[in-house]
Amino acid sequence: MDNFEMILSILGSTIRLSIPLIFTALAGLFSERAGVFDIGLEGKMLAGAFAAACIAYLTGSAWAGLAGGIVVSIGFSLVHGFASITNRGNQIISGVALNFVAAGLTAVLGQAWFSQGGRTPQLPSDARFQPIVLPGVDAIKDVPFLGPLYVNVISGNNILTYLAFLAVPLSWWVLYRTRFGLRLRAVGENPGAVDTAGISVAWLRYRAVIVAGFLCGFSGAYLAIAQSAAFIRDMSAGKGYIALAALIFAKWKPVPVMFACLLFGFLDAMSNFMQGKAVPGIGEVPVQIFQALPYILTCILLAGFIGAANGPKAGGVPYVKER
Amino acid sequence: MSTASIPLPNWITYGLLPLINLLLAFLISGLVVWIIGENPWDALVLMLQGALGRGEGIGFTLYYATNFIFTGLSVAVAYHAGLFNIGSEGQAYVGGLGAALVALALDHYCPWYVTMPFAVIGAAVFGAAWALIPAWLQAKRGSHIVITTIMFNFIGAALMVYLLVHVLIVPGKMAPETRTFLEGGQLPKLDWLMAMFGLKLGPAPFNVSFLIALVAAAAVWVLIWRTKLGYEMRTLGISRSAAAYAGIPYVKIVIITMLISGGLAGMMSLNTVMGASARLQVEFVGGAGFVGIAVSLMGRSHPLGIVIAAILFGVLYQGGAELSFDMPNITRDMIVVIQGLVILFAGALEFMFRPALVRLYQTMSRQTVSGQKISGK
Repeated sequence: MDNFEMILSILGSTIRLSIPLIFTALAGLFSERAGVFDIGLEGKMLAGAFAAACIAYLTGSAWAGLAGGIVVSIGFSLVHGFASITNRGNQIISGVALNFVAAGLTAVLGQAWFSQGGRTPQLPSDARFQPIVLPGVDAIKDVPFLGPLYVNVISGNNILTYLAFLAVPLSWWVLYRTRFGLRLRAVGENPGAVDTAGISVAWLRYRAVIVAGFLCGFSGAYLAIAQSAAFIRDMSAGKGYIALAALIFAKWKPVPVMFACLLFGFLDAMSNFMQGKAVPGIGEVPVQIFQALPYILTCILLAGFIGAANGPKAGGVPYVKER
Repeated sequence: MSTASIPLPNWITYGLLPLINLLLAFLISGLVVWIIGENPWDALVLMLQGALGRGEGIGFTLYYATNFIFTGLSVAVAYHAGLFNIGSEGQAYVGGLGAALVALALDHYCPWYVTMPFAVIGAAVFGAAWALIPAWLQAKRGSHIVITTIMFNFIGAALMVYLLVHVLIVPGKMAPETRTFLEGGQLPKLDWLMAMFGLKLGPAPFNVSFLIALVAAAAVWVLIWRTKLGYEMRTLGISRSAAAYAGIPYVKIVIITMLISGGLAGMMSLNTVMGASARLQVEFVGGAGFVGIAVSLMGRSHPLGIVIAAILFGVLYQGGAELSFDMPNITRDMIVVIQGLVILFAGALEFMFRPALVRLYQTMSRQTVSGQKISGK
């Protein structure tokens, strides 16, 4: 039973740590399938988290906070779009730039407005997304195995957690079953063909980066007003890059994205859990191994040793209309 | 009409355009300062005074600039071959291991000038080694070097923390760092150089690495514009297919370029590890690798431009630190904002003003030409 409880606790934290990755990786999915590389996921997440915390603090409403996070995150997306779509600048450089702007601006404004070392004030519980107890918890509680799993892992998460898992099939449906999705994927593979069909490449790509900003707003809000009760400087802590790694690891497909994020979330949970614990037969495993493993796995995958990871063909290439 | 193919004179491409981009970055930063409720002009004056007002300030400015020259050169060398090395941060971090191991091994036995060449080699070799796998993956397996170098930054950070916490730590101490190097493992300060200009260095850690950085900048210039390898790198950077047609081996050039790039990044550690703190510490790079991206873009990947841009960022770093004392509302993070804006305007939006400038230039040169014709008659 002790082991079972341990597994439950690891599973619970796996879910909690995966949610921001899922939103962010899906954001990257939309942008990159449309042919716009997005290194700036990290920055959008951070800016979204800051905005969400500020607005939630000012209004006292978690939903207003979420909306604020989304708006700011989309704002960053539009700058990225302006640089990489309209001005045909280097998409990677633009993403790197936005990451810096977000990291610096959130810290500067946070300190200037709240004077708490870059933190935003602690949010009251009304201004946060609270855990939701799913129906039937009492009925199923005493069922062996399934009961504790349902009560501790599946129930008792906040609304954003469920939205994240809803966003996965929704993204699949949008990408593979709608006209917008078909065009979006086409514009990432062969923008010339889309242009020939009389569809604006720029407008399609703009819509893709707006969707990316929208989703990053959710992941930012999750960090600041669901998982924690305040914005802390640099609170995204490289999660945007892990999400990027997950996106590549999942070969730019929505459902595998979810599993990759769960895997990386699990590794994160393990690194917290294994701190100072010994594995029988091996001894203490350094936490750094768990921290580095997502990146190592992605590199091995990129090297083509576990199937090839081929991104969208027109990814990273600004589209120049023929004259 | 498209303006992309119309050439502009060098003073516009390398002087005016970067200047406009820089001004715009500062203008927006000033706006942020104004929003916070401080006077942007006062902030600028305070910053410049802090960075250039006294000998100590100049010493710190040049100390920071030394870091950025190395990382800027690292990014630029890769950029010439069409590779975007975001991994300078990690390569510098791991390079510090090489420098530290040499210093730890030799500081008991040799004076600094014997240790130094070995430390340069150690730092460069370790930095290059950290660039080798991403380079190989790019060259042989076609994995995008941007992604792999980002991944290697994180892997490198995890590796270094592990080594410092578990292996290199002084037994019985809490801080994850190596022991302090003896004098034989430290690079001496350049107080004599400052004294030549009548300035006192004070506690600023401005050291011999600055001279190594200048030598490296000159060497990079020779490499890129005066050697066969540099020519091949530039050809590859302009067109991979043209390079292949000319018989330039892709795999070899990519790997050599990245080794040089990683080596330059690794040498940045000389300045902080052996010049300033005299020990290897966690996170000693502190973002200098990323500043290298901004420096390289601002300096247009030319060593001279990089040295100038590095000093500019040195001013920002030192001035920003002083500014945050006088205006506590403006934290040092303001530098990161400016850095991001410089990367945005000088890098991603570099073409934004070009069409307008081309048109302006064409009208102006047409007027001068017609003016000359009239006066010639």
